[in-house]
Amino acid sequence: MTVLRVLLVLIGLVLSGVSGAFADDDAIRATIGRFAESKNFRDTEEVVRALGASGDVRVERALSALSDGNLSFRKADKAVFIALEKGQTATLFDPLTGDAAGEEPKGGFTKIKVNNSLRRTIRDVISGLTLASPDPVVRLAAARTMFIAPDAGNLEALDAAIAKETVASVKTALETARASTILVSDAADAAKLEAVAFLGKRGDRDTLSLLTGFAARAQGEVQAAAQRAIDDINATLALWDVGQNVWYGISLGSVLLLAAIGLAITFGVMGVINMAHGEMVMIGAYTTFVVQSVIRTSYPWLFDWSLTIALPLAFLVAGAVGLALERGIIRFLYGRPLETLLATWGVSLILQQAVRTIFGPTNQEVGNPSWMSGGFQIGQLALTWNRLWIVVFALAVFGLLLYVFKRTAWGLQMRAVTANRRMASSMGIRTPWIDAFTFALGSGIAGIAGVALSQIDNVSPNLGQGYIIDSFMVVVFGGVGNLWGTLVGAFSLGIVNKFLEPYAGAVLGKILVLVLIILFIQKRPRGLFALKGRSVEA
Amino acid sequence: MITQRLFTGGSSSRILVVAVILAAVAVLVPVLHLAVPPSSPFHVPNYMVTLVGKYLTYALLALALDLVWGYCGILSLGHGAFFALGGYAMGMYLMRQIGDRGVYGNPILPDFMVFLNWNELPWFWYGFDQFWFAAIMIVLAPGALAFVFGWFAFRSRVTGVYLSIITQALTYALLLAFFRNDMGFGGNNGLTDFKDILGFNVQAPETRAGLFAASALALALALLITSAITRSKYGMLMIAVRDAESRTRFIGWRPENVKVFAFTVSAVMAGIAGALYVPQVGIINPGEFAPANSIEVVVWTAVGGRGTLVGPIIGALLVNGGKSWFTGVLPEYWLFALGGLFVAVTLFLPKGIVGTYDAWRAARRDAAERARTKAEEDAAPPPVDPVTGRPARNEDTAKAPSSDLAGGPAPQPAE
Repeated sequence: MTVLRVLLVLIGLVLSGVSGAFADDDAIRATIGRFAESKNFRDTEEVVRALGASGDVRVERALSALSDGNLSFRKADKAVFIALEKGQTATLFDPLTGDAAGEEPKGGFTKIKVNNSLRRTIRDVISGLTLASPDPVVRLAAARTMFIAPDAGNLEALDAAIAKETVASVKTALETARASTILVSDAADAAKLEAVAFLGKRGDRDTLSLLTGFAARAQGEVQAAAQRAIDDINATLALWDVGQNVWYGISLGSVLLLAAIGLAITFGVMGVINMAHGEMVMIGAYTTFVVQSVIRTSYPWLFDWSLTIALPLAFLVAGAVGLALERGIIRFLYGRPLETLLATWGVSLILQQAVRTIFGPTNQEVGNPSWMSGGFQIGQLALTWNRLWIVVFALAVFGLLLYVFKRTAWGLQMRAVTANRRMASSMGIRTPWIDAFTFALGSGIAGIAGVALSQIDNVSPNLGQGYIIDSFMVVVFGGVGNLWGTLVGAFSLGIVNKFLEPYAGAVLGKILVLVLIILFIQKRPRGLFALKGRSVEA
Repeated sequence: MITQRLFTGGSSSRILVVAVILAAVAVLVPVLHLAVPPSSPFHVPNYMVTLVGKYLTYALLALALDLVWGYCGILSLGHGAFFALGGYAMGMYLMRQIGDRGVYGNPILPDFMVFLNWNELPWFWYGFDQFWFAAIMIVLAPGALAFVFGWFAFRSRVTGVYLSIITQALTYALLLAFFRNDMGFGGNNGLTDFKDILGFNVQAPETRAGLFAASALALALALLITSAITRSKYGMLMIAVRDAESRTRFIGWRPENVKVFAFTVSAVMAGIAGALYVPQVGIINPGEFAPANSIEVVVWTAVGGRGTLVGPIIGALLVNGGKSWFTGVLPEYWLFALGGLFVAVTLFLPKGIVGTYDAWRAARRDAAERARTKAEEDAAPPPVDPVTGRPARNEDTAKAPSSDLAGGPAPQPAE
């Protein structure tokens, strides 16, 4: 038997040598099959090493399963499977491809036993394998794993991999992994100093924790060097933190911009404070919810397009509600801004209760399409896709509105009405229609803001209430009737808010911002970018 | 001219009548509650005393708002903040009165401080074990805030919608601040579980009756005081500022001083209302700062009629009575009703119930006058008594027919 086994190992080695990275399936299956015959841990270890020697990355599945205790063989024919046991049945998977292979009673299977030393061997084999993988992504991941959880035993494998590596980014990752491995090994102080210096240049959080752990263990010169590296990294990280705060601020600012820009239009052009503005945002979010519900039940393959479909619909629905509101109520109240404020507040209560009656008071689930979930890193900045898209979207909406305002006849008429209503009317502009469509536009923009906000906030009947005061602050701070004012107002409030948060806490930060705005209004009662002209003083 | 008649004609006698009614209620209801046995149909049950007592403090708050909104043109969307501040001052006194009867039995610290592991009383809680100190703070805290806020806002000539929004920001900021546990005001839960007020058990029927009487008398007194203010020269100045601020300034007055005065007086009234409210409902929490509450006060005033003094009282009682009834019968639809009320009042009843009734009476009197002069010219008949303004009774105004309401918007005072 033993002779046969050695022979098989040799064949495996030869095969791996011949066929390179992708050994022949049958040979690997044969090797895996030998797990069923192993009598003790040593036998199993030999099979593991044989699999490692095959150089095929695909054996990782079987090895990981073995390490997790999920590898079993059927007593009847000694076929090896990955078996996930649940109750009395075992769900079977092919050890090589991972394909499902049916369910059978678990009584017919025997687990292949592992112990801790075997698990260590398996890990080494797997990392050695993945380091040799032809796919640079796999190699990069392996290097990363070795960097975070360094093991002195990996040093040789790393040296070999670095020597062979051709892709620059992977090579850097491997060198980093090597440096962190040296720190845990019993290498000479000189090598450790070099490794510390190398890691010190990286300056990310993982390195920081690694070096902190190392500095606690090390002594003398090495420890001093590690401490210096830690200080350096902290300084770099502080800079990155500023960047991260700016990003959070921009992100919050874009949300504020989306929520406030419609308000800025209606307030700017018509002098109407629309307290129901937040509810337009809510209507947009609920439109997204309805669109997604329909898509989920009827056209699941369209799910990634759900937001694209919801955008125009939300614009139309919220715009229609806005038009109805303007024609039905607000036009009777022109010249009485305080009364308009009260009436629209009443409307906001009605809309909230209506949505609560129709959809229920609980939060509705709105899903992220695949292109909006997840995130990525730039240096030490953690960015999420949904926030990034919302920033882009807010700026796009802003650009579009700017275009409408500055380049279209409608925009010209709106600006004319803003500057001097009576004169505009004398010039033949139909101010009532301008009012109606401006209000519809402002409401529609609030609706599409709702589509974006549904991705990052709870969709509930109270959604709009959370934004209304902030939107007012942005508009009042930025100045009425000026889109740029709203842009600057939104982003500066967002960034100030996020910078105050770490020092003062979220709530106190917000209070401070409110107080700052109240003080600012004392200084500039008409906001940052005040409109000039006689009509303003009316 | 129209406004002058609206606000002065016959209003002083009307205010006297309402004040007398309130004083009578202050005596009658406690008597009916305490002396009449529960079996009698005239007995006023316990819950009714508390409920109406609460409404009376709301009416006082609405009256306070009317002083600034109706007479000075300042639409404050943050009057709930002053109400809540007064309430907190009273709540702090009541907390200190609990003494060692709290759950943790600490003789000095209120329960929530023990719970937060605080070892000593924060400095701003000193003195609140004395009623006189609490009473001063009830007046001083809202008054000082209003004075400082108004001083800055009105001197910078923040007016109209901007002012409304920053008052809203003020109450929102206070809402957030009082929600924090670190502030030392009980955080989310606020102050509750009161035991004694001035040595009397707050739960006892006698104390409740006493608080009711105090609320009714405070309202009557406030009504007389505001009426005196509005009919004084200073009141005329307030109306002038409301109707034409720039013109008043050019004549040589200082509108900001007038506004600061009105705003501060109004805030003090709101604070007293809050202080009377807290022992009756037994709790004060940061929810009272919510901007929505302050806006609701505006609708009470608007329903009753702003700039009429009596109107806000009627409005507060009507709307809150309606709310209690509605939330009992159709809880789902109360927000529809309230929202509809906001819209309906602004569209169809811009002067409110009392204002519309006055306008209707003035129109009838004008018509009678015209008919009389016409008759004189035609036949030169012997002189008859002119129709003079009778003192309007409270019941009459409340039943003002809604079919005669002014449909189109009347000219509104400039802000």
